[in-house]
Amino acid sequence: MEVERTKLRGLSPLDRPRSPAELRVRQLRARDMLRGDLEGADLDEYVESRVLTTTLERAQSWARGNSLFPATFGLACCAIEMMSMVSARYDTSRFGAEVFRASPRQADMLILSGRVSIKMAPVVRRIYDQMLEPKWVLSMGACSSSGGMFANYAVVQGADKFLPVDIHIPGCPPRPEALIYGILKLQRKVFGDPDLGWRERYRAGGTEEGRRPWKAGALPVERVGSAPAAGIVTGHGQPGAAQLDAPVGHPQLTGHEARDAYEEAEEDEPAAGPRPAVGWRDDA
Amino acid sequence: MPDAPGLELIAHEINSRHEGAIVGTAFEHGQAVLLADPGLIRETLGFLRDEPAHAYRFLASVHGADYLPAAPRFAVHYELLNMPRVERLRVKALLADPGDDGLPELDSVVDLFPTADFQEREAHDFFGIVFRGHPDLRRILMPEDYVGWPQRRDFPIGGEPVIFTATEDTVPGWTR
Repeated sequence: MEVERTKLRGLSPLDRPRSPAELRVRQLRARDMLRGDLEGADLDEYVESRVLTTTLERAQSWARGNSLFPATFGLACCAIEMMSMVSARYDTSRFGAEVFRASPRQADMLILSGRVSIKMAPVVRRIYDQMLEPKWVLSMGACSSSGGMFANYAVVQGADKFLPVDIHIPGCPPRPEALIYGILKLQRKVFGDPDLGWRERYRAGGTEEGRRPWKAGALPVERVGSAPAAGIVTGHGQPGAAQLDAPVGHPQLTGHEARDAYEEAEEDEPAAGPRPAVGWRDDA
Repeated sequence: MPDAPGLELIAHEINSRHEGAIVGTAFEHGQAVLLADPGLIRETLGFLRDEPAHAYRFLASVHGADYLPAAPRFAVHYELLNMPRVERLRVKALLADPGDDGLPELDSVVDLFPTADFQEREAHDFFGIVFRGHPDLRRILMPEDYVGWPQRRDFPIGGEPVIFTATEDTVPGWTR
């Protein structure tokens, strides 16, 4: 049976298939495309429904957020949870954060997994300084966020005394799910949610390495406590406030979401009745 | 472990060789203890190590202690072990607090027991006890530029006050 191609008109690749039939239609059209059977207006329509346009910065931050490589760096017992985060049971490679890099030069994210003693703090700071921009820090657990139970002479009472922390994850220790949730929050931030940016929170706009949008001494005094002055770069390579304020759609369905959408559509379909106009098989 | 008469015999034997090296004996927590004069600690430990009748050849641990407000305030504990007989003996050198930022001192035993190297450094690091003749008396656990002797009983415990919603009114400057 001929596939009714008009049913897909105007769909974007982000739209979920509304029924199993629609999903099947998409699959068949993709097969036709690969075989080279689509021509003319059909081909145009297919391409329009398949191509997503965006800005380079959005695409870049999307790629960055989905490939956050942590530094191989464990501090204490939280590191056990951090290691199990990449195991098959929790599998953070679903979110692209499973590649622990052995060099801080190759890492995007520093997970402070445990208490930071005052002797370790310069080492942590050096590793942070050796990482290349853009870089992010997750403070995992009570100890690295606030000192935790170690209220004594040997432990730094909160790692943000000596480096900027993007996400604090509570717990003692946090379960791997909590750590993955923190990484997802960090992804939202990397995708451009300004409410999560430490540079806005710490009023540290313009401190990106290699970026000096103003000359020394030209910083207006009233900048502190007010909106950032024009020309100050906010966030990590985000071009402007208009784009930052725009809602961010997740540009890709994860495996679970696609399966849920499929099952929802299957439940909505009436159990009895005529089969849909599109064919499940060519000989139907 | 030597029993009480055996401990007295050991103390007497040491004192007959080195006058005043042992100032007392005790049993603490089921452990035989020789209270030693810190000025003669090398003679005491050397005798217990080399005398064939005793032969405490293994120094299991060295640690400092702070008995504030007791006097003498400090002590260095040497845990000796005779491996063939599985006998343990503790030698405790009591050190007075010199006061006025002075540090208590006694002789190092690193040349008798090489294992004492790091352990004396730890006692120095945490209690400020100076071991004369130690080959490399630096801090071992705390940062090398750390100021103070953190395990002393008069050292502030550190940390920061934790502010809960129930106590935030009592913390000045927090809500205002």
